[in-house]
Amino acid sequence: MTATFVGMPAFPDAAREALADSQLRHNLTHATHTIRDKRARVVAEVPEWEELRQAGADLKDATLGRLDEHLERLEQTLTARGAVVHWARDAAEACRIVAEVAKAHDADEVVKVKSMATQEIGLNEALAAEGIAAWETDLAELIVQLGDDLPSHILVPAIHRNRAEIREIFRTRMAASGLAAPEDLSDDPGELANAARLHLREKFLRAKIGVSGANFAVAETGTLVVVESEGNGRMCLTLPDVLVSVVGIEKVVPTWAELDVFLRLLPRSSTGERMNPYTSMWHGVTPGDGPQEVHVVLLDNGRTRALADRVGRQALRCIRCSACLNVCPVYERVGGHAYGSVYPGPIGAILNPLLRGVGDDAQLDSLPYASTLCGACYEVCPVKIDIPSVLVDLRAQVVDAHRGARPPKAEAVAMRTASWTLSSASRLARAERLVGRARRLIPWLARLPGPGRRWTAAREAPAAPRESFRAWWHRTRR
Amino acid sequence: MSARDEILGRVRSALADAPELPTARVPLRRPDRLTDLVELFCDRVADYRAEVERCPPEELDARLRAVIPDGARVVVPEGLGLDVAGSAVVDRALSAAALDRLDAVVTRARLGIAETGTIVLDHGPGQGRRAITLVPDHHVCIVEASQVVADVPDAFAVLDTTRPLTWVSGPSATSDIELDRVEGVHGPRHLHVIVVT
Repeated sequence: MTATFVGMPAFPDAAREALADSQLRHNLTHATHTIRDKRARVVAEVPEWEELRQAGADLKDATLGRLDEHLERLEQTLTARGAVVHWARDAAEACRIVAEVAKAHDADEVVKVKSMATQEIGLNEALAAEGIAAWETDLAELIVQLGDDLPSHILVPAIHRNRAEIREIFRTRMAASGLAAPEDLSDDPGELANAARLHLREKFLRAKIGVSGANFAVAETGTLVVVESEGNGRMCLTLPDVLVSVVGIEKVVPTWAELDVFLRLLPRSSTGERMNPYTSMWHGVTPGDGPQEVHVVLLDNGRTRALADRVGRQALRCIRCSACLNVCPVYERVGGHAYGSVYPGPIGAILNPLLRGVGDDAQLDSLPYASTLCGACYEVCPVKIDIPSVLVDLRAQVVDAHRGARPPKAEAVAMRTASWTLSSASRLARAERLVGRARRLIPWLARLPGPGRRWTAAREAPAAPRESFRAWWHRTRR
Repeated sequence: MSARDEILGRVRSALADAPELPTARVPLRRPDRLTDLVELFCDRVADYRAEVERCPPEELDARLRAVIPDGARVVVPEGLGLDVAGSAVVDRALSAAALDRLDAVVTRARLGIAETGTIVLDHGPGQGRRAITLVPDHHVCIVEASQVVADVPDAFAVLDTTRPLTWVSGPSATSDIELDRVEGVHGPRHLHVIVVT
């Protein structure tokens, strides 16, 4: 069973640990630079890229602005085309709906398409608790699941693993959940992919129930879209008798024509390809082709909370391409686990607090600070989410949430003291004289003592001048 | 209150302060800068490391015989209208396990997209159910030159949204190991596109 993110340490502690892992940093540097370069190449082929990004952002904003109407329309068209629509307020409700569908068919296993929504709600763990095995079929998800590991990237959840580590996981773990890895398995990526093909094929062929997410859900036509590379998605969407798709309510696209823009933005931003190998689109049930029982679970789980945030609601435009992870200097060095969520990187630093709220959880409250605010994420975002601005706004929300804290945080004390000192000319003058005198009497401390020590652990305190500007003015202009 | 009403209620109250947004602009179309669509299509398909060739209509049967290895067990959809080597079986609701015992599939396509090197199947006559182009390891796909459109918006303009659609861009692939691209995972590991010109 895959581990969970519950009880993860706050970002600074997790990051410190990750930074000490030189193998991890090596794997991440190689992987993020490879994909970053690929993306840059295919984006440069599209002269109208900036207009396309703006169109993506505008379409998403307009959709979110009338989300209730689009959801009602989507429900209507899906139902008309033979799908059963369920609504889930939170993770537990969504997991219960999926488990009930499986149990209604006496299934003890499901095959899964890689899906962020089902990761977010902890579906695999919930199904396991009901005695139902959920087999991840995406190669990277399989590596994570077999290794009892946690995903560390939205697109490539096993980005933190290199080929030698993957070979070891396959050799030691595959046999316990089905067909064992070949005896002479090498660490060649082609051979490793083939081992996954053999291991999963028997599961695909016998599967009765498939579980997926959806990249897009078109309200006008009742179309669900899954974008993938390996064909595992097509297997899960086509071969089982029953299909359950868990879809975040923000995935709705009003019309068929608008979907066009996102299919041009997503592959180039995500895998750095002109088009991903496979895109499946289906509308409810197609007689004689694919699953004849189709369920769609429309998931809230904090999305309406994010929608209520004036600055943060733009995060719901996200199409999960992960371009922001690949360019982020912080992500590149600490990896995805440090963010303590299935949504790591810059988008995770805003999405997690927006979905779950700030003020109650030290781990969530630490995420808006997991950034240098360099803005690289904003530049590559295909739907122009202004992540730096949302981060700054969330930092303010975190500070506000702790304003009345007892005992007060060191930062709050420092800010209050600064405010008191700076709001009076005479108090400022006294403080300046004091600092100047102290500077002459004792050597300057680059590392502050007491509560200031944490602040100077990663930076030097600037040296105070011997004389303040105002003192100099008085001395020379009188 | 039902989950449905509660979620819709939350959406409405979340949007209570939201500004009324103008209707978004109609998705822009790509400037018409493409000249030889078929040539671009072939180049872009080949870029994914799929096999691609052009052939005149009268040579198609011969090309098909050459492309499919001797003794290969082949499945074809109803309505293909082509003479595929003698051993081909026509798909009439074959099980997944039966499809797994076959080596290759020959189909037509709904259209090809030049800019992205994509084949779109709408699983109509000559294309078959979704499963037949998925389980066998070798997919031979015939695209008529007249079916090639310039870019993704052109495809959206003509596709039928009452049919399931499968967009195929090269053979099955993964980059999950060190971001190294490997062709061939679960879908067909070999994609062979014949453009009839």
